[in-house]
Amino acid sequence: MNTFTFSQATGVAAAVQDNAAHDGAAYLGGGTNLIDLMKENVARPTHLIGLKKLGLDAIENLPDGGLRLGALATNADTAYHPEVEKRYPLLNQAILAGASPQLRNMATDGGNLMQRTRCYYFYDLATPCNKREPGSGCSAIGGYTRVHAILGASEHCIATHPSDMCVALAALDTTVRVSGPNGERTIKFEDFHRLPGDQPERDNTLEPGELITGLDLPAKGFEKNFSYLKLRDRTSYAFALVSVAAALELDGNTIKDARLALGGVAHKPWRDKEAEALLIGQPATADTFRAAAAKVLTGAKGQGTNNFKIELAKRAIVRALKQATEMNQALDANAFQNSNP
Amino acid sequence: MSHSTDYIGKPTNRVDGPAKVAGTAKYAAEFNVPNLLYGYVVSSPIAKGKITKIDAAPVLALPGVQQVFSHENVPSLAWLDRSYKDDVAPGGSPFRPLHDAEIKFSQQPVALVVADTFELARYAASILHIEYEEEAHETELVKHIDEAYEPGRGKTGYKPPKSRGNFGKGWKQGVAHMEAQYSHHAQHHNPMEMFASTVEWLGDKKLNIYDKTQGAFNSQQYVMKVFGLSKDQARVVSKYTGGGFGSGLRPQYQLFLAVLASLELQRSVRVSLTRQQMFSFGHRPETLQHVALATAEDGSLTGINHFAVAETSQFEDFTENVVGWSGTLYDCKNVSLGYRLSKLDVYTPLDMRAPGAASGSIALEIAMDEMAYAAGLDPLEFRIRNYSDFDQAQDLPYSSKALRKCYAEGAAKFGWDRRTATPGSMRDGKLLVGWGMGGGIWDASKQPAVAKASLDADGHLTVSSGTNDIGTGTYTIMTQIAAQSMGLPLDAVTFVLGDTELPEAPVQGGSWTAASIGNSVVEACTKLGEALLKQAQKMDHPAFKDAKIDDVEFANGQLRLRADATQAVVLRDLVQASGEPKMEAENSTTLAKLELLKPPTHSMHAHNAVFVEVKVDPELMTVHVTRVVNAVAAGRILNPKTARSQVMGSVVWGISSALMEESVMDHRFGRYMNHNYAEYHVPVNADIHDIDVIFVSEEDDKVNPLGVKGIGEVGLLGVAAAVTNAIYHATGQRVRDLPVTIDKLL
Repeated sequence: MNTFTFSQATGVAAAVQDNAAHDGAAYLGGGTNLIDLMKENVARPTHLIGLKKLGLDAIENLPDGGLRLGALATNADTAYHPEVEKRYPLLNQAILAGASPQLRNMATDGGNLMQRTRCYYFYDLATPCNKREPGSGCSAIGGYTRVHAILGASEHCIATHPSDMCVALAALDTTVRVSGPNGERTIKFEDFHRLPGDQPERDNTLEPGELITGLDLPAKGFEKNFSYLKLRDRTSYAFALVSVAAALELDGNTIKDARLALGGVAHKPWRDKEAEALLIGQPATADTFRAAAAKVLTGAKGQGTNNFKIELAKRAIVRALKQATEMNQALDANAFQNSNP
Repeated sequence: MSHSTDYIGKPTNRVDGPAKVAGTAKYAAEFNVPNLLYGYVVSSPIAKGKITKIDAAPVLALPGVQQVFSHENVPSLAWLDRSYKDDVAPGGSPFRPLHDAEIKFSQQPVALVVADTFELARYAASILHIEYEEEAHETELVKHIDEAYEPGRGKTGYKPPKSRGNFGKGWKQGVAHMEAQYSHHAQHHNPMEMFASTVEWLGDKKLNIYDKTQGAFNSQQYVMKVFGLSKDQARVVSKYTGGGFGSGLRPQYQLFLAVLASLELQRSVRVSLTRQQMFSFGHRPETLQHVALATAEDGSLTGINHFAVAETSQFEDFTENVVGWSGTLYDCKNVSLGYRLSKLDVYTPLDMRAPGAASGSIALEIAMDEMAYAAGLDPLEFRIRNYSDFDQAQDLPYSSKALRKCYAEGAAKFGWDRRTATPGSMRDGKLLVGWGMGGGIWDASKQPAVAKASLDADGHLTVSSGTNDIGTGTYTIMTQIAAQSMGLPLDAVTFVLGDTELPEAPVQGGSWTAASIGNSVVEACTKLGEALLKQAQKMDHPAFKDAKIDDVEFANGQLRLRADATQAVVLRDLVQASGEPKMEAENSTTLAKLELLKPPTHSMHAHNAVFVEVKVDPELMTVHVTRVVNAVAAGRILNPKTARSQVMGSVVWGISSALMEESVMDHRFGRYMNHNYAEYHVPVNADIHDIDVIFVSEEDDKVNPLGVKGIGEVGLLGVAAAVTNAIYHATGQRVRDLPVTIDKLL
């Protein structure tokens, strides 16, 4: 671990100012990812700005019927918040599918967006990595790619974003609120994370020094028909091979509105609006779901050892949509898949 | 007559439990001796090549950095290979840390940075600039099968597998056949506690070494030979071990580095490895196996062929018994066995829970399932028809063998008779249900060991032996044995272990500790009893005047006549009357050592049978192991509570091997890439459902006086195969490359 200085920020403006005043500064939320990265010498911030005293941990109703999650609310407090449990159960399920209780108790909502890939090569200084050291090459390509991308990858990087929570946030059309040297702004969730392209070192579209202050969920929570299905190598405490956030609004058996986002398959939570369009107006049947799944995976490219994820993703999408449709019956199968959050 | 102090065979809580729960049990890296320095290991990023430059100057310039050790400045140490060979070393040249510029495996320790704090040492290590000249490495076993060779007998206890009869003839005699290739990948032990050594410098090259090990004496011998120290100068202490699974059988390189730094700097030094570095030494070797079986009309095996190739390092021949079990477990005249090694640019593999047997039983027990289907027999019925009542491999009768009971009681508890044979024929709602079985065999062995029993004037008994407790319950069972032997309550007995100042004991491994140390404790207590009787006779106690040791018993803290319990004398009074602060006795190992030299008269083994239920989602192909029944025949069970925990742990490991656990190497780098707990998958609680452990009764008066066989390894056998067989039964898919991850079923 490199030496670094530390300051405890007392306000958002002060935090942003502190950041601007230090080259190589980083914000510290729950630290569940950043501290690991520092210990492994992957991240070498020179100055840490503690955010714990900022407040920003409230979860409050918005006038438009939505819900605001403070950036420093913990993942655990968010998942178990009564408004989240009641109105955004998809988000509840997604959060509880991730990490472990201990980690969720520390990890913050803003930090969840900021966590970095779990690519084995990114973490190991012995192997070149464009995300860690731009221009050094991508070791994952041609290597062990179990947790790597099948969609939206580039010749420079095939890493995936590891979050479960963000997959639900993408499906729910969340807005990210940020503060920075140039004031406050909002970012649509789908625009927050980016594809690697030729700049895999950039995970998201934040400008230097910008700080996430909150996440705004719109009023529509799809609380009646939803499913978060996560497939992984063990039942808990493993990153997704493929995860699916599915949310439907049904009128009888007809799909009035649909959301579909995938985790574990791309550099960002993979929302496919064209696939959603294929669902809307259609009967909620296996054929409809299969068509949507086929659309999502059009253009998918395996990396060798992760080729299976293309077929797995298709099956997972169909299952998640089916579970969302048959909420009452789905409980059983879901309990089996996610028997322990 | 039974006594309240008859503890053997009774479920007994761990005597070391409170210390562990309260945090007073100290592990190797927790001894905070004064003025301690901290070493941090620098690991090689390449798998093969040479170090061409080490630029230590900028690191040494940091205030608080004491030294950077590398091959460039290590003093002259022992020269001969045999000085580096520990008790468990295989044939070859043991790896010598920081010996020269050569890189032999990825993550090889190339330097040790020693500083005033751990944090500084870690930081300094991260900026230590080292240049390498890389050479092409070979780490892929499948590409080197052709170069595989038959290893010698370099490793103590290893015997090459012995074929018998004529397999070719047996194959032709068969009416049904199976033949298949099996493989599994490397596994790393990953005990919870990372390897660490705290070396306390006491002046004049006198060291107190707190080491994570499964054998304090093994570590001591190594340190003495390599650094030229006397026994007095190298005391090794290892009171608690946070898991071993075999990884602590050999001294690991942190011990070498910590002792080196301590001697050179004349300071106390601690070196502990990181989780990532726990992937830098011994592991269960990857194996590629081939099994062919043939059966006659009646389902009896006419031929068994089992051949395995395993990886080893370039410098040592790590051998284990992978295929030998296939010549013992089932009755068959024609058995052809082969075992070869192939050298790769990796560290030498290392014994890992049920070494060899765990790997071999995967192939054999899946093959037995395949053969049962090919012969149209139920897998359990097939095994019963081929039951071995006589060890054909050793040409010896079994000292005892209750495997039939394991089959019967396990199957009854599991409900095996409700199984329908056709794959995919059993369902639970939409889920596919599969029932599979397997089993195994493990040596019941015993090593010479010394124990000392010491009774003080307060009537407290201390029994000691320099063995280890790697979490298996050694402290507890030895306390039970000693308490029962001397008729004392558990809290009047303390068992002491893990210190080279204590009587000598072998490494804790091979499932032999219960038998080796347990019988020694009985012998030491018997000798103490004889001394106490003599003391009673000296005191002119009329009742004991002509009593022989068989005429008396120890109960309620007294020595008393068997024939008349009212004739008794309190033990502490005997000690007080002796005029000494305590009375002591040690067992002799002469007989035990002689026994090792004599040819055995019986085949001595533990056995088990495992029954597994899986439920498989037919679309997503996710697998859950919902029920396991593991029936074990291991002689007398000293403590059913700790024994059950051990077997449950074995079952969990078997499930792990079947479904998720593997060290994944990227051969382009020759490096294990999932070297952390997040990516090296072992089951979490949510993966584990019902586990039933049955200990079938098995009396054995030949194996050793206590009649115990040891249960450290046997519980693991057949579990991974049974899970895999259950998956076949559920899905019709026969996966022969473990672990059976989801991609292999899609």
